Amino acid sequence: MEYLPMGGSIKMVEESLKLAYGDNSEFINDKRIAAVQALSGTGACRLFAAFQQRFHPNTQIYIPVPTWANHHNIWRDSGVPLKTFRYYHPESRGLDFSGLMDDIKNAPDGSFFLLHACAHNPTGVDPSEEQWREISSQMKAKGHFPFFDMAYQGFASGNPERDAKAIRIFLDDGHLLGLAQSYAKNMGLYGQRVGCLSLLCEDEKQAVAVKSQLQLIARPMYSNPPLHGALVVSTVLGDPELKTLWLKEVKVMADRIIGMRATLRENLENLGSPLPWQHITNQIGMFCYSGMTPEQVDRLTNEFHIYMTRNGRISMAGLNTGNVGYVANAINEVTKSA
Amino acid sequence: MASSVLSVASYTISPSASLWVHDSHNKGKLKFGSNGLRFSTEGINTFSNSRSSGRISMAVAVNVSRFEGIPMAPPDPILGVSEAFKADTSNVKLNLGVGAYRTEELQPYVLNVVKKAENLMLERGENKEYLPIEGLAAFNKATAELLLGADNPAIKQQRVATVQGLSGTGSLRLGAALIERYFPGAKVLISNPTWGNHKNIFNDARVPWSEYRYYDPKTVGLDFEGMIEDIKSAPEGTFVLLHGCAHNPTGIDPTPEQWEKIADVVQQKNHIPFFDVAYQGFASGSLDEDAASVRLFVSRGMEVLVAQSYSKNLGLYAERVGAINVISSSPESAARVKSQLKRLARPMYSNPPVHGARIVANIVGTPALFDEWKAEMEMMAGRIKNVRQALYDSISSKDKSGKDWSFILKQIGMFSFTGLNKNQSDNMTNKWHIYMTKDGRISLAGLSLAKCEYLADAIIDSYHNVS
Repeated sequence: MEYLPMGGSIKMVEESLKLAYGDNSEFINDKRIAAVQALSGTGACRLFAAFQQRFHPNTQIYIPVPTWANHHNIWRDSGVPLKTFRYYHPESRGLDFSGLMDDIKNAPDGSFFLLHACAHNPTGVDPSEEQWREISSQMKAKGHFPFFDMAYQGFASGNPERDAKAIRIFLDDGHLLGLAQSYAKNMGLYGQRVGCLSLLCEDEKQAVAVKSQLQLIARPMYSNPPLHGALVVSTVLGDPELKTLWLKEVKVMADRIIGMRATLRENLENLGSPLPWQHITNQIGMFCYSGMTPEQVDRLTNEFHIYMTRNGRISMAGLNTGNVGYVANAINEVTKSA
Repeated sequence: MASSVLSVASYTISPSASLWVHDSHNKGKLKFGSNGLRFSTEGINTFSNSRSSGRISMAVAVNVSRFEGIPMAPPDPILGVSEAFKADTSNVKLNLGVGAYRTEELQPYVLNVVKKAENLMLERGENKEYLPIEGLAAFNKATAELLLGADNPAIKQQRVATVQGLSGTGSLRLGAALIERYFPGAKVLISNPTWGNHKNIFNDARVPWSEYRYYDPKTVGLDFEGMIEDIKSAPEGTFVLLHGCAHNPTGIDPTPEQWEKIADVVQQKNHIPFFDVAYQGFASGSLDEDAASVRLFVSRGMEVLVAQSYSKNLGLYAERVGAINVISSSPESAARVKSQLKRLARPMYSNPPVHGARIVANIVGTPALFDEWKAEMEMMAGRIKNVRQALYDSISSKDKSGKDWSFILKQIGMFSFTGLNKNQSDNMTNKWHIYMTKDGRISLAGLSLAKCEYLADAIIDSYHNVS
């Protein structure tokens, strides 16, 4: 149980980079990626935010509206001011693509942008592949820095390669991006706090320097990251049989969620709900942005004992075949007179 | 010896260090695609030894790397020693750098009781769900009781806010962040010398610090008068960082009588004691004895911060298990403090790692395992004491100069402050392949009886023949 190096488990980091950037990524082969083990997604974002503050002290971070609540806290506590870009389109329960593109265009050249690589939290609304290409292209033209938060690789579609598509598009376009990875959901290692922060640099020398600075930020925060979860990840990903088993299991998890989406939507439509519900199956990942109001959510809690965040976000993982009918009925009850 | 030095390391922009990305740095056209052009970083890096940041201006909307001009960070003074040791090919090399316990065979030691606890945990098949932000409840309860004693009035009165942290470092950092946020303008007094990472922690947390005299090189002992004076002269309400036992790096602890006097002056000045307890049980071999200083202060009715670590005493180094405790004057304020510690932890790592906390909770919570742990800890502390004695015996019999080496026996814990200066420490490494930190600290945990003679020779040589 000897201390890991400040940058964490080398094996775990290697495997994480292969997962995100591709097994045969030239960037890995050319040693251009500065990467360290981090305390899950939160810790990876925090290291990056602190790095941004230290080396680009007069910049801000553009975050989507809405985003995971803790993103606000992370950059704020790191002393980096926040700005927002349009993302969710309430009327369609989908992506406000033109708003998003406008905001990318109007941001000052060289701005820092936070993007969710897949399974946007909390909305479940992801850009299509075509839309990602346009986003990448526009960001390239503006010289923006893309920082990806990827908390659900494999968990969104069931296929890790597919879930990394946005990142691969950006890499193809030549972006020098940053990436936070988490194994909380896709390996169910929640409480073990396993993740990885990587920054693509111009060359190996730069990557070495950048990594050394990331370690300098980690040392006064926690010295070196926890071992146990990292050992699990590197053992699983480093062993072909175990990795195959994992790919199967992550697909099972993702499929169950996808199945629940379909069932919930079907139930609502069969109940004759006057509202449109196709966004339930259009959205992806753990969460569904139902479009319910805080008052409707309160009714769900008070009258039906169903708990969710007041922004109407449903964690689909909390549904099963046993309760989906009950939930559909409850949602219908509180929304039918909307 | 230097006295008070106020400093805050800041990452402000200094004009001389700013770096502008001019077109002249772009060697040729930018071509991106599957074979991205690389920029040479030679000659662009103007401040590789500086700790201030470079400001990078994006004058052109081109995808030039944002990391141009980011200098290579210096190696960590402590953790970097192990890296250098690994690279050394000599077969007489000895690693007395990092404070990690080694057996007589100089191997890392996983406690038997830890293996037992882990097997139990595996059998039980517990899940890996997120812990709450404040950590594992059973662990928090156990750690506070271990520190203060289960029947401590502060615990009974619910005046102790405990939040699981990322070992000692993470717990100190939470404490530092609390100070920065809720005690603006307050400073921390740290001992001279202290563990290297203390300064980094307070710097990064943006809490200004100054030093109190501690180590007296003339006696290789405690500069007690200087310590008291410096604590007295600090502005009222200063945070005073104290090592609960087994001071790192010197191994020099105040006597019980001296602790009383330190408590007196801290109380007089309304200072807030901040204890770093990284070696409870490891110093004397007794958990209770090693917690005496903390318990003294708490019994005086003072409000106290305490950071704990299980890295050494349970050998859980890499699992990062520790806690920040805030003993306050009322249960109501303890609850408020705890809530704010959580708010600081959430944007750092959300919730702490579960594995190590479960190990601790299981061991402390199971009487048979707890007894086993105490026995193993006594064994570890005992080995260190033996090695201390052996080293002293070796040096004093070999060194004919009449120098008094008894300070080695008076020091306690994993470390010994040899009194060697930087050049002499370098000689230890360069000539004798003995790795230690430049402040003259050796980790006795990394020393075996078999190597005492060799070490004695090296110390005598470095002390007498190098200046």
